[in-house]
Amino acid sequence: MTEFRQTEARKAQLAKRYRAEYRFKAFGIGAICTAGLILLFLMGSILISSLPAFTQHYVTLDIEITERHIDTQNLANSDWRGLARTSLRAQFPEVQGRRDKRALGKLLSIGASDDVRDYVLANPSSLGTKIRLPVTLSDDIDLLLKGVIDRELPENERVVSNQNLAWLDKLVAEDRISRQFATKIFTNGDSREPELAGLHGALVGTLWTLLVTLLASFPLGVMAAIYLEEIAPKNRLTRIIEVNINNLAAVPSIVFGLLGLAVFINFFGMPRSAPLVGGLVLALMTLPRIIIPTRAAFAAIPPSIREAAMGVGASRLQVIMHHVLPLAMPGILTGTIIGLAQAAGETAPLLMIGMMAFIVDVPSDVTAKATVLPAQIYMWANNPERAFMARTSAGIVVLLSLLLLVNATAIYFRKRFEKRW
Amino acid sequence: MSASSLFLCLVGLGLFSFFFGRRRIHRLATGASQKQHSRDVYHASFLVICATFVPIVLLVIWTGISPLVIDALLESFLKARANTASLGELSVMIAKTKAYYAGSISAAFIDDTIAEATNYYADLVAHSLQARSFAVLLLAIAGVGLGVRKIALRFTARHSVERVAQLIMLVASAIAVLTTVGIVLSLIFETIRFFATVSVTEFLFGLHWSPQIAIREDQAGGSGSFGAIPLFAGTLMITFIAMIVAVPIGLMSAIYLSEYASPRLRGIAKPGIEMLAGIPTVVYGFFAALVVAPFLRDGGADIGLTLSSESALAAGLVMGIMIIPFISSLSDDVINAVPQTLRDGAAALGATHSETIKQVVLPAALPGIVSAILLAISRAIGETMIVVMAAGVAANLTANPFESVTTVTVQIVMLLVGDQEFDSAKTLAAFALGLVLFFITLALNILALYVVNKYREQYD
Repeated sequence: MTEFRQTEARKAQLAKRYRAEYRFKAFGIGAICTAGLILLFLMGSILISSLPAFTQHYVTLDIEITERHIDTQNLANSDWRGLARTSLRAQFPEVQGRRDKRALGKLLSIGASDDVRDYVLANPSSLGTKIRLPVTLSDDIDLLLKGVIDRELPENERVVSNQNLAWLDKLVAEDRISRQFATKIFTNGDSREPELAGLHGALVGTLWTLLVTLLASFPLGVMAAIYLEEIAPKNRLTRIIEVNINNLAAVPSIVFGLLGLAVFINFFGMPRSAPLVGGLVLALMTLPRIIIPTRAAFAAIPPSIREAAMGVGASRLQVIMHHVLPLAMPGILTGTIIGLAQAAGETAPLLMIGMMAFIVDVPSDVTAKATVLPAQIYMWANNPERAFMARTSAGIVVLLSLLLLVNATAIYFRKRFEKRW
Repeated sequence: MSASSLFLCLVGLGLFSFFFGRRRIHRLATGASQKQHSRDVYHASFLVICATFVPIVLLVIWTGISPLVIDALLESFLKARANTASLGELSVMIAKTKAYYAGSISAAFIDDTIAEATNYYADLVAHSLQARSFAVLLLAIAGVGLGVRKIALRFTARHSVERVAQLIMLVASAIAVLTTVGIVLSLIFETIRFFATVSVTEFLFGLHWSPQIAIREDQAGGSGSFGAIPLFAGTLMITFIAMIVAVPIGLMSAIYLSEYASPRLRGIAKPGIEMLAGIPTVVYGFFAALVVAPFLRDGGADIGLTLSSESALAAGLVMGIMIIPFISSLSDDVINAVPQTLRDGAAALGATHSETIKQVVLPAALPGIVSAILLAISRAIGETMIVVMAAGVAANLTANPFESVTTVTVQIVMLLVGDQEFDSAKTLAAFALGLVLFFITLALNILALYVVNKYREQYD
């Protein structure tokens, strides 16, 4: 019987091995913490930089709606802009000279005229009276009031001049400046002016595009999955189709964009920038992402269900349509929703088919020119104006919230209807 | 009739024939001595298929093909009238004709030839639409007529319906193959046209990329050059940086989550990491371009490094972040697939936990991990939005990650975004790049499959 002795050398070696163990574990914890911190930093930085975009500063003006600016017969084309500027100038009787007057007018956003017009159109009785109405300030003034532009900077590094600053301080002192929730970001279409740019058009475009994607990819995907999983004989042809579908899931999305450009637009002459083409391209991309989970859902249905149905005389198609498909539906829907969520975040293939044009109007159908939420974010990100950075972040926050909502729905479906056999 | 109203007609006819067929078989069955072969609903569906299947196929094919035929006819008409051989002039005339037909240009901009051609074109379009409506409706009504005659008690309607249903399903699963064929064909077709102007060797091995095409013959610096090596080098560099970030973090977190973590930590951390995978790439692009790149540039300036504001480093780092969940979830799966008996055996020999992992679990999971990394590389190479927003546009052959480089995907986007005529070498180059991209990612995927299949040990 040998005696086990704790020599110094052994002790040292053991300590070394334990140190290695701790190091290894620390690396693991470090990796997870790094990933977590990155996620937090990414979300946090985007959320913080989006905050300015959700509010907007207004200046309350006393506006006299007179015949001088307003043609009562033709309200839509009256000089609303002149009216807004005149009303602002009324606050500053000391401002004389063309240049100063124009500089004063620049405090207001181009959209200020729309504020006045919309108010008068909604309240026709205000014609000929004097109203108090908050109107939109321009983006630079707005950023200054929010503190994004530092007012302590020397004048030539600051976008807002000293003169503007003095005017603004006077307005603040008169308590005419107010800060409100920026509804325009949800109700307006795209615009060159950051304070007027909104996501409405992009949201509607995304909806149209995803509708086309869903209508094209869901039936095709489910039918293909039924065929491959339940009907097809296991031969060379089905093997090729299977390998193909798996490969298709790994093809870079931009290649699908090239396909859409070459086939749908150039060969079939479909319109550029249309949700129809975008939806079809995304459908081709989503197809394998629907087929794969659908097949998994079918495979999870125990054979005893099929055998029981066959035992009472159902044909193979009846077994599938009456029993397997309804039982697999929760899994299929979850897979489809996740696939659509991925498609909703896709940008690159849509750039190829021109869905990043500057489009102010809200698309009315699937062939109208449109853009989608991620493409809108990409376009805003390319804008040099400072206020667009906040707008872009706000767009991202909206996109991420939508995706979170959709994925949460998918998880709910799975939890609610999941069956363990 | 427009395609959608024709389609609605067919839907209406289909509904009608469903109820009509059901009534008919019901009538036949009441009081009959024979037993009915198929249930009523199959007879009804049979009639629906008779009424709509062939007409819908015809409608789709006609709608797809007729613009091509009409265009070809218009082209030959214009060629005969205008006596011009130049393809460019001809395509301008065709575009003008169509624009005038659509009413988007006024009569002031067109001459007699175009006016004549427009009449001709309008005629063709009108005739094609008429003929289509006629053929589709005729086929549909004939289908109903023929179908009704077949409905009988002993008619095997279920078999017919199921055969058609199976056929439709086969076609649906063939769409996936058709897509691949479509991708390969459209890419190859355009690439061949590209290689008619630029040689293959210049494209694959040329060191200079500046895809400007002369608008006039004598323009200075107008000859575009299409050497794609700087693009490949840039793509590789950014991918490499991404992998340096993603592989250690992804792999270590997968190891920790599957080997050490308590179920509770796993329940929080795993979905957390997978959230990174659900973030759209345009968000990463924004993060790279407007947060990480300025941060690196300012940080570099503080320690005396000059970083380009579109440095490969920023794009690579952020792409690495995007890839982390990809590597971690795939590795997690393969590590979990290593049987517990192996770990127990190592523990019985006195190995510490980390020794077990390093010397037993990881070697056993290695083929799966390698294949995960290969898939991640393929993903990084094909990634577009991050590099479009954060990497450079100018082709720059350099090994310095602080400088700006461009990638294959960036160039595809740059060449194709905006107005373009479809025949220039510039546009076609994008398809050649797309083909290269397609084959590289395909090869990496196949290689990943091969590694798993060849080196995986079967433990059970």
